[in-house]
Amino acid sequence: MPTMTLAKAINTGLRDALAADETVMLMGEDIGSLGGVYRVTEGLKAEFGGDRVIDSPLAESGIVGASIGLALRGYRPVDEIQFDGFVFPAFNQITTQLAKIHARSAGRLTVPVTIRIPYGGGIGSVEHHSESPEALFAHTAGVRIITPSNPHDGYWMTRRAIECEDPVIVFEPKRRYWLKGEVNTEEPGASADPFRAHVVREGTDATIVAYGPLVPVALAAAAAAAEDGRSVEVVDLRSLSPIDFDTVTASAEKTGRLVVAHEAPTFGGLGGEIAARVSERAFLSLEAPVIRVGGFHMPYPVAKVEGQYLPDIDRILEALDRAFAY
Amino acid sequence: MAGQLPTTEFDDIPDALLDELESLAHDRGEGQLGMVQLLDEDGHFNSGSHFSEHAKRLTSDELRGLYRDMATIRRFDAEATALQRQGQLALWVPVRGQEAAQIGSGRATRPEDYLFPTYREHGVALTRGVELGELLRLFRGVSNGGWDPRETNFHLYTLVLAAQVPHAVGYAMGIQRDAARAAAAGRDSGAQAVPSPAVVAYFGDGASSEGDIHESMVFAASFKSPVVFFCQNNQWAISVPTEVQSRIPLHHRAKGYGFPGLRVDGNDVLAVHAVTEWALARARSGKGPVLIEAYTYRQGAHTTADDPTKYRLSEEEQAWLVKDPIARFEKYLRAEGYADDAFFADVAAEGDALAAKSRKDVLAFEAPSLAEAMSHVYAERHPLVEEEIAWHLGYESGFADDESAKEGGH
Repeated sequence: MPTMTLAKAINTGLRDALAADETVMLMGEDIGSLGGVYRVTEGLKAEFGGDRVIDSPLAESGIVGASIGLALRGYRPVDEIQFDGFVFPAFNQITTQLAKIHARSAGRLTVPVTIRIPYGGGIGSVEHHSESPEALFAHTAGVRIITPSNPHDGYWMTRRAIECEDPVIVFEPKRRYWLKGEVNTEEPGASADPFRAHVVREGTDATIVAYGPLVPVALAAAAAAAEDGRSVEVVDLRSLSPIDFDTVTASAEKTGRLVVAHEAPTFGGLGGEIAARVSERAFLSLEAPVIRVGGFHMPYPVAKVEGQYLPDIDRILEALDRAFAY
Repeated sequence: MAGQLPTTEFDDIPDALLDELESLAHDRGEGQLGMVQLLDEDGHFNSGSHFSEHAKRLTSDELRGLYRDMATIRRFDAEATALQRQGQLALWVPVRGQEAAQIGSGRATRPEDYLFPTYREHGVALTRGVELGELLRLFRGVSNGGWDPRETNFHLYTLVLAAQVPHAVGYAMGIQRDAARAAAAGRDSGAQAVPSPAVVAYFGDGASSEGDIHESMVFAASFKSPVVFFCQNNQWAISVPTEVQSRIPLHHRAKGYGFPGLRVDGNDVLAVHAVTEWALARARSGKGPVLIEAYTYRQGAHTTADDPTKYRLSEEEQAWLVKDPIARFEKYLRAEGYADDAFFADVAAEGDALAAKSRKDVLAFEAPSLAEAMSHVYAERHPLVEEEIAWHLGYESGFADDESAKEGGH
């Protein structure tokens, strides 16, 4: 089984999808000759040609809007939005058009468009390059949202997103692009269904739910907690729409304590949705209120202080302490 | 004159036409001239235009058909307006005054072409064979679509202004890829060309200000996609005049993107048909997009919720009534002997019958169940949707004995 980075795993997923289905095509800014600013599409234009790996004009609404038309003509476009903070010019096309066409056509039309968005902070970048806008899209019915935390999922989520008949947004944790791991391109194993959460560490005393870039942080926090004698379970949410509430609820019922962590601002974030659902489903199993760990209610801060903004091991441990205080 | 256009980009256009377009490109005020016109207000045919040859190829049946379509959609439009006034439709978007722009362009398309309307293209829908009653579902509040676009290649209405235009460009990019794939597969020997579809993107003068129009034109120009941008300039974006959207004639914008643009008398069905046919042929042949600005007038309100007396003068409305597209074409058909009283009486009777049928259809529309609408949100299974449908049905079943539940309320 080969070991590769997350970026290479996604690249391989795109490559295999292009090879498997001639209606698959990629479109985005600088994705062709350059291979994308993160090189996730490196080599694909050379292999599949400029008609299938399109360096588009610099226009995000145009990229998504044209992809809708391509999908209506029978293609499966995969768009790259260069950075999280640049998706907003396409927000209208995604929320008013892409998400609604299947419903407003009473199921007659499908628009299997995949939108890849590198997201999240921790890379010391400039404004608009470190954001986590997933909740804005999760609130929109009609799109699915998934986010890999490791290379194997990176490969299979890419493949599954492209195969899905619904529009899928794949939020790619950009600070994990260089994270290495084993990838089995033959057998997805537990990654076969991208819309299910995974228990990635078993525990009995508390649960941390995290996704994307914070999964390694949550695992490190659980390891640190173990040194204090606390057995902490970690759930990699993987899918943000739909959310696998069954797996999350089962874990919370088992451990009685739940901490939800994401880089996105806490207010209005998915942590609130998870807390509410678990409270409704498993109130009597909870030993403590669900504790959220997330970004502050502010624009993503300048790089020199992002370390204080981003949830880290200590912030998650502090949240666990609060959960155990009840 | 021709030198003022980037002629190297348009070297497929004959010099005579280029000269005509160039001379027309300079607006001569009031929109009276500066546009392709084959029939003047009195129905006299101008055989001097390059486009007169297109019009001359139309058979007498086709000419009468253009009239029948325009009269039919006007009658249908009147019926729909009445239905709204009687409370049977939530809203209606009248098309009166724009019949020539819509019938002329729609009739220039081929079955394999794909058309993306905004929400006023009832006349275009007629030319594509859409059952007109289906148009009313959206306005009756029983559907957000109504017809199956795959049957007529007439897309669903789009209410977010200009949002459908990048879809049109993407669809055209798909056509280009189909052709490339067919060629690669050896299906296209080159000697026998596969029928090549083109795309028409409809929008208005108001929507022309939207960023999606700009992005669409950039994409279409860069990739030379087979799309015709068909802008109906009906002078008013609800209450705001065209001058607020553009300080230059709208078709001049095409030049900035690097493809041809022209203004046509949108109340002249022959001219609209001719220029659209020309633009589609150009697009099919791989030469890229064209912007057509159909200069016309919305004789009625923007929608039935609007009151034009608050923002425009009746003198203006009267001046445009003189240019009415249907009256003009009737004069032409009569003068040339293509149609007589009996024909016009038949068309009127057909229109009345259609209106009666549409009224009957509307009153018979059944609203979909909310659960059915929920089931269409995703194409594949979705646990949250399934959970919510189950909850909703369980909740509603508690009202099974309550008559009011059948009316959709409690």
